[in-house]
Amino acid sequence: MKKETKGKVVSYNKWGYIFLIPFVTVYVIFQLIPLGSTIINSFFENYRSGLMQVGPNFVGLDNFIKLFSSGDIWVYTANTLIMWVMGFVPQILVSLLLGAWFSDTRLRLKGQRFFKTVIYLPNLIMASAFSMLFFALFSDAGPINDILITIGVLDEPFKFFSHTWSTRTLVAFMNFVMWFGNTTILLMAGMMGIDTSLFEAAEVDGATASQVFFKITLPLLKPILIYVMITSLIGGLQMFDVPQILTNGTGEPMRSSMTLIMYLNKHLFSKNYGMGGALSVFLFVITGILSLIVFKFTGTGESND
Amino acid sequence: MKKRVLSVLLTTALAASMLTACGGSSSASSSVSSDGKVLNIYCWNEEFKTRLTDHYPGYEAIDGTTGKIGEVTVKWNIKPNENNAYQNNLDETLLKQKDAAADDKIDLFLVEADYALKYVDTDYTVAVKDLGVTDADLANQYQYTKDIVTDSKGVLKGVSWQGCPGAMFYSREAAKEIFGTDDPAAIQEYVKDWDTFTATAADVAAAGYKMVSSVNDTYRVYSNNVTSKWVVDGKINIDDNIMNWVEDSKAMVDAGQAGTHDLWSTDWSAGFYPDGKVFCYFGPAWLINFSMAADTEGSIGYNGGWGATEGPQGFYWGGTWICGANGTDNADLIKDIMLKMTTDAELMKGIVIKDDDFVNNKPAMEAMAADTSYSSKILGGQNPLAMYCAGAEKIDLSNCSAYDQGCNEEFQKAMKNYFEGNATLEEAKELFYKGVTEKYPELTY
Repeated sequence: MKKETKGKVVSYNKWGYIFLIPFVTVYVIFQLIPLGSTIINSFFENYRSGLMQVGPNFVGLDNFIKLFSSGDIWVYTANTLIMWVMGFVPQILVSLLLGAWFSDTRLRLKGQRFFKTVIYLPNLIMASAFSMLFFALFSDAGPINDILITIGVLDEPFKFFSHTWSTRTLVAFMNFVMWFGNTTILLMAGMMGIDTSLFEAAEVDGATASQVFFKITLPLLKPILIYVMITSLIGGLQMFDVPQILTNGTGEPMRSSMTLIMYLNKHLFSKNYGMGGALSVFLFVITGILSLIVFKFTGTGESND
Repeated sequence: MKKRVLSVLLTTALAASMLTACGGSSSASSSVSSDGKVLNIYCWNEEFKTRLTDHYPGYEAIDGTTGKIGEVTVKWNIKPNENNAYQNNLDETLLKQKDAAADDKIDLFLVEADYALKYVDTDYTVAVKDLGVTDADLANQYQYTKDIVTDSKGVLKGVSWQGCPGAMFYSREAAKEIFGTDDPAAIQEYVKDWDTFTATAADVAAAGYKMVSSVNDTYRVYSNNVTSKWVVDGKINIDDNIMNWVEDSKAMVDAGQAGTHDLWSTDWSAGFYPDGKVFCYFGPAWLINFSMAADTEGSIGYNGGWGATEGPQGFYWGGTWICGANGTDNADLIKDIMLKMTTDAELMKGIVIKDDDFVNNKPAMEAMAADTSYSSKILGGQNPLAMYCAGAEKIDLSNCSAYDQGCNEEFQKAMKNYFEGNATLEEAKELFYKGVTEKYPELTY
């Protein structure tokens, strides 16, 4: 009798593996092999000049040396992180606030569905279309400058794309607008998962709304917050489409809005697999390290649930 | 097991990358035939399509991307130039040309002067002689249009229907307001050399106009009059005249006489309309016809409000060359298109009259230049052809290189930072070198 049960368990396990096959196949073909070939490529000189192919020649760590010797890579890393933080801080704050309001049963906000839809809408617009829109809005002769001049704030058009901080702010703002709806929905899901009896108990004990938020909602929301942080960080490191379109691929002024992926894209012109590979490996390592840091800092109570 | 999988993986990746390399470097020998049913044309905008539709006998448009010439279907593959999309697409397709099905092979593609050598100096283009076009057929074309598509062995690989000598187009209304005259000869006196030009810029600015929309407008005028190439022995080289542009432009930007917009941007093209308050643009015939909103109501061009004069220095800008792709199966048709579009005097005259283009046919152009009945509507009844004719003879392309496009683009981008005060000249130069070596990793500085 005992033996029979054991046998059944084993045969069920087999199905587990069979069901995993599609994922593993897709993962190996589209993730693992490209990852491996990227690493291999980073050790080769391999590019095209005009229609003439150079390489691949094995050059060891030359690509990495070239990448780090100029120091530019750190500038682009800093650019990326600065623009990510500038967008992420308001994003998480606004999302927490909205999430708390939407999930608060006492407030009973009217038209919730409508507002949830509206805040999510910017995410549905293609990032490039959104950037084109902002490029037109903030161009030297664009409507924003027109309005500012008409109401007397400015005397002559402000060149938004010729100043480091206005460009970075625009990029951060666009990322904020595009993503805060998404984050709100995620945080709200987390908040609604919190046992309502806890809120009721706090109410009975006479806790204020801010006390409820900081003492109950936030601590219990930690796993979701970590998830949001890490996904947003990875997304932020891969920031590309918005600054690429907004600055016409230049990362101007003086490449102060050039992100790592935009730099990677620069190597596309010469089909430079070597430098591209080296840069991608660097990005891979950085992403790993930063994710670990975020996880360590916020992750003391990750065993929740 | 793990190790074995890994080693298999590594070797496959290695082998794969080597195979691609072989594919890239192998050269195909010239092979053409004429029994194809589909003519694939690669280009970056509607210009050539419009020319064929309007002027090539027997071309019927079916829809936006297909047409028909007799029994042959014409397929247009139009990819914009932005971010090098056109060339990327063309490169990928050309590299696969050998293995492509007959109906998918590129038959004909267009190139611009800036990067013509990149294609012409390879086996991917076929000599016009191999298509059946003889030297005698092309006798009336301007020499420079041949020089630019002649490969390093002296073989002619393409032909062009247009000549692109440049001129300075000024707003007649602005000229009357500032100088009290809009006569081309009189205006020329105000812009006859760069010193006079910059002095005039101050007067123009005082009257509330920008001298040029962007400093990038004058760039080609300087860069065409260089005495050295962008790349000398694998080293990037900045010519003195290019540095003159930087100096003059910086002064103009600082004095508010010119903007720093990218060419083709909305801010740049604002001056196509009277409200844009721009005195002049520099460009060849196609600019004013094709790109300056001449068919939009209210634009300066629509109202015939431009005048043309030579400007401080002669220059050319762009031009489109027709190349036959190696492996084409429509050689006869390509030959016919080349002959009709670039040597047929009557057809080419039609292009001048309808499209204000300057065509690549010396006797025809000289005849029209002398013909008082021809005048350009956009230019307010002026006949600019004599000016273009003189300009075309003077164009010297001896300092052209395969790197021109990348260098010109990166230089203008980098210097914009200097003009706007975001960088010193040295920093901007450094940025230029960086940009060029990213595009052409084999170069040094």
